[in-house]
Amino acid sequence: MSAQTSTPIGESGQTPLLEVNDLVKHFPVKSSGVIRRTIGQVQAVDGVSFNIYKGRSLGLVGESGCGKTSVGRVITRLYDPTSGSMKFEGNELATLSSKEMLPYRREIQLIFQDPYSSLNPRHTVGSIISTPMQVHKTVPRDKMVARVQELLEVVGLNPEHYNRYPSEFSGGQRQRIGIARSLALNPKLIVADEPVSALDVSIQAQVVNLLQDLQKEFNIAFLFIAHDLAIVRHFCPEIAVMYLGKIVEIGDRDQIYLTPHHPYTQALLSAAPDVKQAAIGGRRERIRLEGDVPSPINPPSGCRFRTRCWKAQDICAAEEPPLLEVGGRQVACHFAEPLQVIVPGSMADVVSGNGLPGDGGPGDVAGNGAAAEAASRRGSTAL
Amino acid sequence: MTETLSDTRPERVPLPADSSEPFLVVENLTVQFPTYDGLVQAVSDLSYTVKLGETLGIVGESGSGKSVSSMAVLGLHDVKRSRLTGSIRVGGKEIIGASNSTMKRVRGNDVAMIFQDPLTALHPFYTVGAQIIEAYRLHNNVSKSIAKRRAVEMLERVGIPQPDRRVNEYPHQFSGGMRQRAMIAMSLVNDPKLLIADEPTTALDVTVQAQILDLIQDLQREFGSAVIMITHDLGVIAEISDEVLVMYAGRCVEKGTTKQILTWPEMPYTWGLLGSIADVASDVSKPLIPIPGTPPSLLNPPDGCPFNPRCPHTDKVEGRRCFTELPELVQFPRQTHPTRCHIKDPDLIWETEVKEEIM
Repeated sequence: MSAQTSTPIGESGQTPLLEVNDLVKHFPVKSSGVIRRTIGQVQAVDGVSFNIYKGRSLGLVGESGCGKTSVGRVITRLYDPTSGSMKFEGNELATLSSKEMLPYRREIQLIFQDPYSSLNPRHTVGSIISTPMQVHKTVPRDKMVARVQELLEVVGLNPEHYNRYPSEFSGGQRQRIGIARSLALNPKLIVADEPVSALDVSIQAQVVNLLQDLQKEFNIAFLFIAHDLAIVRHFCPEIAVMYLGKIVEIGDRDQIYLTPHHPYTQALLSAAPDVKQAAIGGRRERIRLEGDVPSPINPPSGCRFRTRCWKAQDICAAEEPPLLEVGGRQVACHFAEPLQVIVPGSMADVVSGNGLPGDGGPGDVAGNGAAAEAASRRGSTAL
Repeated sequence: MTETLSDTRPERVPLPADSSEPFLVVENLTVQFPTYDGLVQAVSDLSYTVKLGETLGIVGESGSGKSVSSMAVLGLHDVKRSRLTGSIRVGGKEIIGASNSTMKRVRGNDVAMIFQDPLTALHPFYTVGAQIIEAYRLHNNVSKSIAKRRAVEMLERVGIPQPDRRVNEYPHQFSGGMRQRAMIAMSLVNDPKLLIADEPTTALDVTVQAQILDLIQDLQREFGSAVIMITHDLGVIAEISDEVLVMYAGRCVEKGTTKQILTWPEMPYTWGLLGSIADVASDVSKPLIPIPGTPPSLLNPPDGCPFNPRCPHTDKVEGRRCFTELPELVQFPRQTHPTRCHIKDPDLIWETEVKEEIM
């Protein structure tokens, strides 16, 4: 894997499982009244291209309203694309009728964000998980219960609970039910749309670990959509950053996080709260973005980020920057250059005092003092 | 406690005569809700203090009692449906058992709250300005036009562009971050001495979250108020808090400065929390270490330590005390800050077993 990660986009020799090219999804905005004329377009996804390889994960990050959920829904054909192509194992999905789409639905499954609204409260867990198998007739009726119990066990739930209702489960357990349902048809690709953001921190880790185990066991590719930068980095070797319907930077994990080239990626990373940084008594220099994301109905001309960008010049308004290869990743910016926002290293370095930048400085009084004190106490107890 | 103030005083509560007492003192607070299924022990035996100019972070999972305890500070629990014991003093004034008219003077004036979801916390039928004006005029006897000027001033202070136009708009015309700013403007309009922020950034994007946290810190510096930051996100706690209180199953399980909690945590639950979070710079080849199981029911919490069903370190305590005896919130001689745990030498376990694994 590591040998391939330096050239993640299209050059790894193997054919991609899903090849998305110039995907566009516009939603019409209708006028009010009896004759509802189309008066505008919400440009939710506007020319997005990426590849997903078998058994690998692509992370999609961006702020709310940037179109990342729309991408996931178009790929699963819950929305019809406005234009562009999506090839799954070489077969074009974008133009298929719903009947022709049916066999591919088996291969591409979705995990939803909200484990409360995505499970029918009047259906038992067994019926929720078995429905996809009944629709696709993959499992004979008499083997259904056994298969459902097997799936419940795979996701770490008690197989005896197949007759219970969703309300009897906690949020984390419900998300596991949703995962079991998405696994029921042995998919090759799972679109996970914010699968952990509705869960408590301690439960998030359980679900992320479960997804990683399942990926290893069943060799499933993931499109992992999330706004939590740390979780995405943990889960996905390749990451795409979206802003207002377009991918602004795409590359492998270390390229994106350690040497981000696009100003938006840099701003996003600088805003992520960092326990480690705070523990050593500092805070990383934040890039403050002014204002809000512009409306996708009427996006700015040229580069869409220019209204909030500190590097913006005349060319940014006149000309849209293409997604070009710079420093091993693809970035869409006229003034792309690396800027280190995150200091690499683990929490252990901080705790053990290696490379503490603020040693003896005014910022670190209590913690290090206490740590040193505790360390000396431990020394004396050892003696 | 200096109960020298008469209830007829119209204006804000002055600082307590004994000015060494922190602005907010919570002592042995217990909140229980009787239900058909039994008594829900939402908060048990909680004590903490917050001084002016300080930020206390309260961290815990959903259902750990962090919101319930802070709602008690505002006197928001219905006396018919809840049982409160203990003592909450805001600027020397007792909150528990206080009359409704007393509470009306405290709420919004001495203590204000920022809620998680600004869309449900703001009234959709009234303009943002009208809601801020109402909050201001409740505590200040001024004309509408003066109050409106004050509202515009506050909107400008929290960084809303074109405040004189925005003041006449409805909440749905604001974006999520703007709405949260408007709510902060509303809560600060009376210069409260204590600001309770209940998951103020959970519904927001990271870039907006950063803006809002900066804003709260700037305003705190400017007005010298005390802030309680309630969140489940250790990242937010790390950025903004001076002190941290970790809650589990309605109880405080660990209390210390932010640095102590983040670099020398001494309670297995805190270790679990730290192991559960991914970091933007940590080693991705290491799996996350989740806390097994789920938080206990507060209807019938487990005997002994409420964390014992999920704790991997119960074997380090002699005589199964974790299962029979509730630990006190105490500081053992070899600890830097108090924890509610039977383990006598948590630093040793942290150093030898836990740190390598989770960091």
